[in-house]
Amino acid sequence: MLRLLSFAVFLGCWWIAAVLAGSTKLPTPPAVLNVAMTEAASGALFLNVGVTLARVALAFTLAITLGVAIGYLMGRVRLANRLGDPWLILLLNLPALVVIVLAYIWAGLTEVAAIAAIAINKLPATVVTLREGTRALDYSFDEMATVFAIPRWRAFRHIILPQLAPYIAAASRSGLSLVWKIVLVAELLGRPNGVGFEIGVAFQLFDTPRLLAYSLSFAAVVLVIETALVQPFETRLTRWRLRAA
Amino acid sequence: MRLEVDIAGKAYKSASGKRHDVLAGIKFSLSSGEVGVFVGPSGCGKSTLLRILTGLDQDYEGTISRAQDARIGMVFQEPRLLPWRSVEDNVRLAAPLIDDARLSELFSVLELSAHRNHFPGELSLGLARRVALARAFAVEPDFLILDEPFASLDKALAVRMQDEIVTLVANRSVLTILVTHDLDDAVRLGDRLFLLSARPARIIANISVPAPRSVRGEAEIAAIKAEIAQWTNGGRAEQRPHGQ
Repeated sequence: MLRLLSFAVFLGCWWIAAVLAGSTKLPTPPAVLNVAMTEAASGALFLNVGVTLARVALAFTLAITLGVAIGYLMGRVRLANRLGDPWLILLLNLPALVVIVLAYIWAGLTEVAAIAAIAINKLPATVVTLREGTRALDYSFDEMATVFAIPRWRAFRHIILPQLAPYIAAASRSGLSLVWKIVLVAELLGRPNGVGFEIGVAFQLFDTPRLLAYSLSFAAVVLVIETALVQPFETRLTRWRLRAA
Repeated sequence: MRLEVDIAGKAYKSASGKRHDVLAGIKFSLSSGEVGVFVGPSGCGKSTLLRILTGLDQDYEGTISRAQDARIGMVFQEPRLLPWRSVEDNVRLAAPLIDDARLSELFSVLELSAHRNHFPGELSLGLARRVALARAFAVEPDFLILDEPFASLDKALAVRMQDEIVTLVANRSVLTILVTHDLDDAVRLGDRLFLLSARPARIIANISVPAPRSVRGEAEIAAIKAEIAQWTNGGRAEQRPHGQ
């Protein structure tokens, strides 16, 4: 109920601002909805949002999988940490734009280049989070597993992984928002479809209704995925905590 | 199984680089069916000794021989339960092969039946300790190690859990090592009592209790305690040869 109210207030403000600013700068909500409906009817909206979502899913999965593996290794093995640390600092501070442009130059304007560039942008933050998580592992549980001769894989699955779960969840949460942001830049610079591409086209034509139609559809999809998938998953992971945040 | 232990010394370097001797001379042997009890002042190195016996600590001078494939069941000084697994799942993680009837029986003996689906965060320390005991028993151990298992339990429950240990030891050929500072527990349960000195720990007395656990009455227990008292006094006299 409260959420609906806050959404209604947002729409109201938008409408008033649109009337004050004039329709070239800020179109009214019905005008944007109209464009969105037209795009949806032609199928372009679904195609572009779908393509973008697929890129997000691939890049996100790639970055989380690699990031968890590398972060765990760097947290456990001192040598791996020494070798990896300078690269980590470099990647952490390298602007997303540099990675994307270089990827397109080196690998061509391809799907592989786009997804790799997005994944590389997201990777270092995941590694850092997981390295901290691995360093915080409770050693006494390892001892318990050794004494009770719990097989390695079972111990990893049931003792190590649950301890890392909050860190993986945190990395996923911050990583997903990062990927949402970067994917559009990558599409704008070197892909012939996707929400980012459409926004680029709208920008060149100064087509504000179209720009807003795509941005808001994209935002709506993000909101739905976050509330329908990410949040329930987090709740499930932390159900054993008496006072889950 | 037979356990032969001869630890000549164990030392560790503290963070400041200073060398600390923890164990000085620990030599004993035990067989399956026997309960060896270690009694000593707190901080004397009992937990270090247990870590060496379980194989967690390999950095010591001396030798230990035991069956390498022996199933170990251990109760650590703190419960060490995984907070994200329910009571039952904690036990099943260590003992995946246990059958439901035996598990229910264990839970009912330890009065945990009502708590099977609780998470460790919802348990009191006493309850958590009982879960740790259930886990150690559930693996059907050949080698049972109990590090102060009765601390923070009320007397009635401690006695019931001692009975459970006695039953387990009698039914299976399990070799048990119990660490405690409570002489009553030690004398009630042990076949062999090992008195430890202050750090660096060595065995100052090795007392055998001949009477079977089931027939040990108050009189025998009092007699053994008197003997132990003599030893501990003797130990003090030995440390201060010029005393009164």
